[in-house]
Amino acid sequence: MVNRQPVGAHYGLKDWIGQRATAVFMAIYTIIFAVCALALPEFSYEAWSGLFSGGVFRFLSFLFFLSLFYHAWVGVRDLWMDYVKPTSVRLALHLVTLFLLVGYAGWAAQILWRL
Amino acid sequence: MSEVTVRKPRPKHLALNQIRLPLPGIVSILHRISGVGLFLMLPFLLFLLDRSLGSAETFETFSNVVGHPLAKLLLIGLLWAYMHHFCAGIRFLLLDLDKGTDLPAARSSSRIVLIVSLVLTVVIGVKLW
Repeated sequence: MVNRQPVGAHYGLKDWIGQRATAVFMAIYTIIFAVCALALPEFSYEAWSGLFSGGVFRFLSFLFFLSLFYHAWVGVRDLWMDYVKPTSVRLALHLVTLFLLVGYAGWAAQILWRL
Repeated sequence: MSEVTVRKPRPKHLALNQIRLPLPGIVSILHRISGVGLFLMLPFLLFLLDRSLGSAETFETFSNVVGHPLAKLLLIGLLWAYMHHFCAGIRFLLLDLDKGTDLPAARSSSRIVLIVSLVLTVVIGVKLW
């Protein structure tokens, strides 16, 4: 017997879960960030960069950015799928979005790791 | 044929100016709009983070840019976008878990999202400036 899958490759479900999982992580990070930022004695370069040079905080911040870019990829991709009908234009927009977000990820890594 | 059913003339397209969006619908479209706004402003926000963490000199540039009235206005808008996206996102996660899906609960939670995100924007905005 052939075991047929009546639905597609399930990447819809993967993206759906990925978007929510990244959302939960970003929400938790937002709280951590807010608490740490409020705990700073003053808003100066030393205090601010000191916060981001801590190993754990830098790790979490980088994860935040990766989550953000994946989350944004799913969200913006949904937007193109909803509103842009011509396939060629949509494909082009998908690629531009993807390239931008991958570039931003490199930029975020550079910002966080040169400290 | 004894009876002729009179069909209501249905609109052929969605007349956006005639549709009165219910409160959950407003929260939903604002979630999308705030997401687009945040996405479009990502380069600016990354630029600000980059300047703020570069060195004491670039931190000075960051302070000057952030101090400009137009930048402040833009950042207040983005702060609201983040807060709305955050609060509405938590609401959507709860809806995904089948919490608060009946109409009265969905209406009141969307009102809470709108109010809480505005209050948070004002509180944080005042604290920062």
